[in-house]
Amino acid sequence: MNVSLYVWQRAAALAMAPMIILHVALIFYATRHGLTAADILARTGGNIGWGAFYALFVLAASIHGAIGIRNILAEWSPLHDPGAGIVALIVGLLLLGLGLRAVAGVTLP
Amino acid sequence: MTLELNVSLWRGGQSGHYQVFSVPQQENQTVLDVVTYVQRHLDPSLSYRFACRVGVCGSCAMTVNGRPRWTCRTHVSRVAGNGRLEIGPLQNLPVIKDLATDMTGFFEKWREAGGAFVPTKTRHDDIETIAPDSPARLAAAAAIECINCGVCHAACDTVRWNRNYLGPAALNRAWTLVNDVRDGGNRERFEAVAANGGCHACHSHQSCQEHCPQGLNPTASIAGLKRRTAQAWLKGEIRVRGREG
Repeated sequence: MNVSLYVWQRAAALAMAPMIILHVALIFYATRHGLTAADILARTGGNIGWGAFYALFVLAASIHGAIGIRNILAEWSPLHDPGAGIVALIVGLLLLGLGLRAVAGVTLP
Repeated sequence: MTLELNVSLWRGGQSGHYQVFSVPQQENQTVLDVVTYVQRHLDPSLSYRFACRVGVCGSCAMTVNGRPRWTCRTHVSRVAGNGRLEIGPLQNLPVIKDLATDMTGFFEKWREAGGAFVPTKTRHDDIETIAPDSPARLAAAAAIECINCGVCHAACDTVRWNRNYLGPAALNRAWTLVNDVRDGGNRERFEAVAANGGCHACHSHQSCQEHCPQGLNPTASIAGLKRRTAQAWLKGEIRVRGREG
């Protein structure tokens, strides 16, 4: 961990904190109102706002998670630099790709 | 009748075993007294390190019943309620022999963290006037009484997991110099402690604070370094140096 990774990870956490609250509130709303998958897709499909919100959420989570995984690998696995960084980068890109694919799946018309 | 302490002492190097000795219990007795008794009366080949015996030099730290402690100021009555003592070398440092560890790497990390004072004045300049209640002096004073005993280093999880981590003692030292208005080495020091394995590797477990015999709080010093280096990096005043960890 260095100052650059530290600031990026904290900044991503800062961005995610309100997003997580909104995301959890949304889950509660959807379950309390008995919304079906079709109901949800009808509301999110073509909605640029939700698309942008979740795309940013995915980006922040990918950055935050990848840096954390790099730390865990560097400290608790036989991998050190640059191995831990390379694996974390791959995991981060995978999270980003899968996340954006999911966002596209529910928000693209 | 004299009561006897059951004392297990580490024998050997990195690999070795505990050897049991019986030591007469005294009413007023430190753990260092116990080790010294074994070396003087039972086995002169026992190796250990001490100097001042009064908590100033920081050379007698060992692992006592699982916790790193300064043995000269640790009374047996406080740590061996059941009459048993297990004394080993400090953890996270290579063992030379028995209870003596190799502190070379520990002090190299002090140097790596920018632990040397960088003067900005010559002998021809006036002595710097520092108000005792100035914020920088108060921050330095809170961390300055380190005796280099290595207890925090031995207690630190991050040191155990990350061989390149500079450790709480070296970073605490760096923090005292960051707050020394006479020092001119902060840019270099910030880059040293902001690299991989520097202050940002700390998980704030606070074991250093919990175990420090001087009652210092290296975690707070490291938090100060994190804050100051992050600000410096965001302002473009420092760059990220390459180092593993």
